[in-house]
Amino acid sequence: MTKQKNVCVTPPEQMRYAIILERGAYLGILIMLITYAIYAFGILTPHVPIEVVTHSWHLGVHDYLEATNSPTGWDWVALVGTGDFINFIGLALLAVMTIICYATLILPYYRCGDYIYLSIVIAEIAVLTLAASGILGSGGH
Amino acid sequence: MLKNVTRLFTMLSLWVSAVVFASPLGAFATEAAAASPTASADAHVWWFWPLVLLVFCFVLGVIAVLAGVGGGVLYVPLVSGFFPFHIDFVRGAGLMVALAGALAAGPGLLKRNLASLRLALPMALIASACAVVGAMLGLYLSKLDPRYVQTALGATIMGISILLLCSKNSEYPVVTKQDAISHALGIEGLYQDQATGKEFEWKTHRTFTGLLLFVVIGIMAGMFGLGAGWANIPVLNLLMGAPLKVSVATSKFLLSITDTSAAWVYMNQGAVIPLIAIPSIIGLMLGSLVGVRLLAVAKASFIRYMVIGVLFFAGFKALDKGLGLGILG
Repeated sequence: MTKQKNVCVTPPEQMRYAIILERGAYLGILIMLITYAIYAFGILTPHVPIEVVTHSWHLGVHDYLEATNSPTGWDWVALVGTGDFINFIGLALLAVMTIICYATLILPYYRCGDYIYLSIVIAEIAVLTLAASGILGSGGH
Repeated sequence: MLKNVTRLFTMLSLWVSAVVFASPLGAFATEAAAASPTASADAHVWWFWPLVLLVFCFVLGVIAVLAGVGGGVLYVPLVSGFFPFHIDFVRGAGLMVALAGALAAGPGLLKRNLASLRLALPMALIASACAVVGAMLGLYLSKLDPRYVQTALGATIMGISILLLCSKNSEYPVVTKQDAISHALGIEGLYQDQATGKEFEWKTHRTFTGLLLFVVIGIMAGMFGLGAGWANIPVLNLLMGAPLKVSVATSKFLLSITDTSAAWVYMNQGAVIPLIAIPSIIGLMLGSLVGVRLLAVAKASFIRYMVIGVLFFAGFKALDKGLGLGILG
């Protein structure tokens, strides 16, 4: 095991990060399995019929989006009641977990005055939030 | 019983590599079908390719663990070469595969204090910011002409296979003097070997060069949808001087951050299709679980060399396709 020296983030904070990450990751995977079953068994009608997806997945992403009338960015939220876009709940949860876990590090670093790592954590949250926002490269089709 | 299962998976591994090596014509037939205007007339039922993908990824997950490589680095070149999906969606799924694997492994590594948060955070910031750039660049180049990405991917995969063949890790690298950046960031620790109970004090050096290399690693991870463990570990271990186990664990944890940023770009651009991504994630995760159990009895070195061979071939195939050389077709 690694024992940190001169580290303000003590094992409890690292443990908290690990526990939140673990719960979120397993919840995301569980949701993904359930929603995929809903999709595959046709319990909810998909926005894009599965056959259209299989006939279009050889196209590049821009052509695919046009052929299937699929949304970009966070527009999938409006279609979350459909069989295909319900799958994005689990996928998005997996992708958002790191941001949530990073947020738990802010207070410990602030409390012990480790402003370098506090800055790193805040900058990382900003990068991940920017990537998640859909602002970058949006309007691609 | 376990030996029989091992034999079965060794046979499966051989079968997969035999298919990969021996069926360029079949693969090109698939690609030709995919590229042709009649591709929409795919005669298979909708679940055919997702089911094949699930089984393929399961075997890939077993092999990846036995060979000591990440699933993502095998996934992208092989699936883009042998399945009728556009490379954009393969890269999107590849990132989700690598992300899910890293998220599943990360908590255990953090709980056991094997991954160093202090080492990971500065590297992750550079790598994840650059992964966003890489993801956008990859999607832009693919929009211009997918062959640009295919060619670069082929060259990268061939380079990775050579790197895997040649790289020799150092369990406890000697770092005589900690550099100024590492000292300022407090990147140091005590590593206790659980097997021997011995404690090793570690610190890093060449931190600036390491940070610069994480620029390249981030861009490549984002552009090609590859997990970046193949590059993280040598940089952390051989260049910066972190102990091998700390490097491996920190690298896995790093992937959960680097791949998150790139995965968001792919998701927001519509390059993640659940029908492709979810069977891939499930298959690789199940395969990894089986692979871990087989690790104790399998001839891992043989499988590792076999995987390096398959990677080199897959890289050459992507390069051949990207450059339109037609050597394999």
